[in-house]
Amino acid sequence: MVTVEIPADMELVYKRPQSLTETHTHYCPGCTHGIIHRLIAEVIDELGIRERTIGIAPVGCSVLAYYYFNMDFAEAAHGRAPAMATGIKRVSPDRVVFTYQGDGDLAAIGTAEIIQAANRGELFTTIFVNNAIYGMTGGQMAPTTLPGQVTTSSPTGRDVETAGFPMKMAELLAVLPGAAYVTRQAVFDPRGIHRTRAAIKLAFQTQLAELGFSLVEVLSTCNTNWHMGVVEALEWAKKHMVAYYPLGDTKVSDGVRALMETR
Amino acid sequence: MAKELLEGNAAIAEAAIRAGLEAYFGYPITPQTEVLEHLARRLPEEGRVFLQAESEVASINMVYGAACAGARVMTSSSSPGISLMQEGLSYIACSEVPAVVINIMRGGPGLGNVAPSQGDYFQAVKMAGHGDFHPIVLAPGNIQEAIDLVVLAFDLAEKYRTIAMVVADGSLGQMMEPAELPPMRPVRPPAERPPWALTGARGRQPNIITSLYLEPEVLEEVNLRLQAKLQEIAANEVRWKEYSSEDADLLLVAFGTVGRVCQTAVREARRQGLKVGLLRPITLWPFPSARLAELAGQVRGMLVVEMNAGQMVEDVRLAVEGRCPVRFYGRLGGIIPLPDEILPELERLDKEC
Ligand SMILES: Cc1ncc(C[n+]2csc(CCOP(=O)(O)OP(=O)(O)O)c2C)c(N)n1
Repeated sequence: MVTVEIPADMELVYKRPQSLTETHTHYCPGCTHGIIHRLIAEVIDELGIRERTIGIAPVGCSVLAYYYFNMDFAEAAHGRAPAMATGIKRVSPDRVVFTYQGDGDLAAIGTAEIIQAANRGELFTTIFVNNAIYGMTGGQMAPTTLPGQVTTSSPTGRDVETAGFPMKMAELLAVLPGAAYVTRQAVFDPRGIHRTRAAIKLAFQTQLAELGFSLVEVLSTCNTNWHMGVVEALEWAKKHMVAYYPLGDTKVSDGVRALMETR
Repeated sequence: MAKELLEGNAAIAEAAIRAGLEAYFGYPITPQTEVLEHLARRLPEEGRVFLQAESEVASINMVYGAACAGARVMTSSSSPGISLMQEGLSYIACSEVPAVVINIMRGGPGLGNVAPSQGDYFQAVKMAGHGDFHPIVLAPGNIQEAIDLVVLAFDLAEKYRTIAMVVADGSLGQMMEPAELPPMRPVRPPAERPPWALTGARGRQPNIITSLYLEPEVLEEVNLRLQAKLQEIAANEVRWKEYSSEDADLLLVAFGTVGRVCQTAVREARRQGLKVGLLRPITLWPFPSARLAELAGQVRGMLVVEMNAGQMVEDVRLAVEGRCPVRFYGRLGGIIPLPDEILPELERLDKEC
């Protein structure tokens, strides 16, 4: 740990949240996983719940998230984080539980688990990182890959005739009565990052108030597997991803609305 | 507590409650659905957790989660459902969290049927999931033993931080017989969960439960530790029962319900003048290999009887190492072999060995 004296005429305005470890991440330069990790950590610090939070890492690029979060963590099988979270939360109802999942994990192999957990109104929070591709396995088509988008397993672009249309998970989950708060945000610019942070905070507050299942879909980039520069990837995402995946809340239950009004 | 007339599945479920079960996650499948139904009624009565999952894939991962949180947890299923749990079982084994799994086996392969079978011996004993591991596998021969082994399963699972699997064929789940349930153990309060459990890192370093070790050297070390633990289990936990083996010169080997049928076969064979004994393995893993090797020096031959095409017989042959002939008789498709079919096999063994 590096310790720095803060001169008397200066104020500390930015520091590593206590909920993050000092470990360097393995994420590619430009990847937005790091930003999203930090936002979650800031919210957990702010809510003062680090010592009673249990996180669940998925199979995907964020499989090693437990090295970066400074709290109890489990690593789930591919797609099964919501089932694991259910098991933990049901036997530890006074703990805070969250899953962190990619789009292959949540919207392909783990579709049943996320839908059923949301429908049961499980009292955990899911942070769903949608980067429109399978990052970890080297850039194959995801259920969220955009029409026409080229990946290693859709070399001529996603053909919706054979591969179907990209899944809009935030909309799909919103129709389930057990889901109290579902929203889609993006971390492509400071404004979006700020909004994503507020959404993550509300999602955890939804859990703390035991209002039902909460999920924040975060539109993200994968410049490496998109074969783009960092800035180019952010611009592409802003233009194409946001057009297909509209930002904003898809579900705000009455309880969550009341919570928003008291904030 | 007095004996009462109990149905196998309900007895298994109630035994788990008495053993301090905190949470159950499961999915209906014949012939074990009564386990789930009994717990659906009884666990909420006791203020504990019951959840009907959306699939066996979800059940086992809910079990994995609750086990990581340090709770006493169980699931139950029958053959096809256990197949769906295999990925989760492998994760649980590598993560070294305790879990109890009941398999009331039915006829297979495929959807098979709902009749009693022992076709999942290999699956339970040799390959409960990908990678190198064995669950502890307990095979009751009657309802009383099923009750006792369910209680033991929780203790062994926690002692060794491993999976304890109770396997019985469908007939044991469905039959009724008098048996005695153990007294109710108090449920362990959440504040007393084990130090490795995910309970929130209050005043301590975070606990991490994972089955991922990217460095081959590290994963090899993890595997060696798992293997050492398995060796310890193999040294301490082998269980079996013998019937009329002291003076036997022919030996029947059978587990579960078939072991029971073979007890009748032993009596009838002895009435005909054949000196037949029986060894009934209670732990299928670890297997009573040493005792079988010993008996191989005493008897002229062994006959292994199973409700499958010949699975445990391979372990008997490995134990015996050619010291005496080992023959096999099995019925398939959910048919229980009867003493009348086993006797001619014994007579043949007597003539040929
Ligand atoms: C059962 C199983 N199937 C397949 C895999 C291989 N696999 C690992 S990560 C992954 C895709 C993950 O993609 P996503 O969830 O979008 O996360 P990202 O890596 O993009 O963050 C796959 C298919 C696996 N580990 N387990």
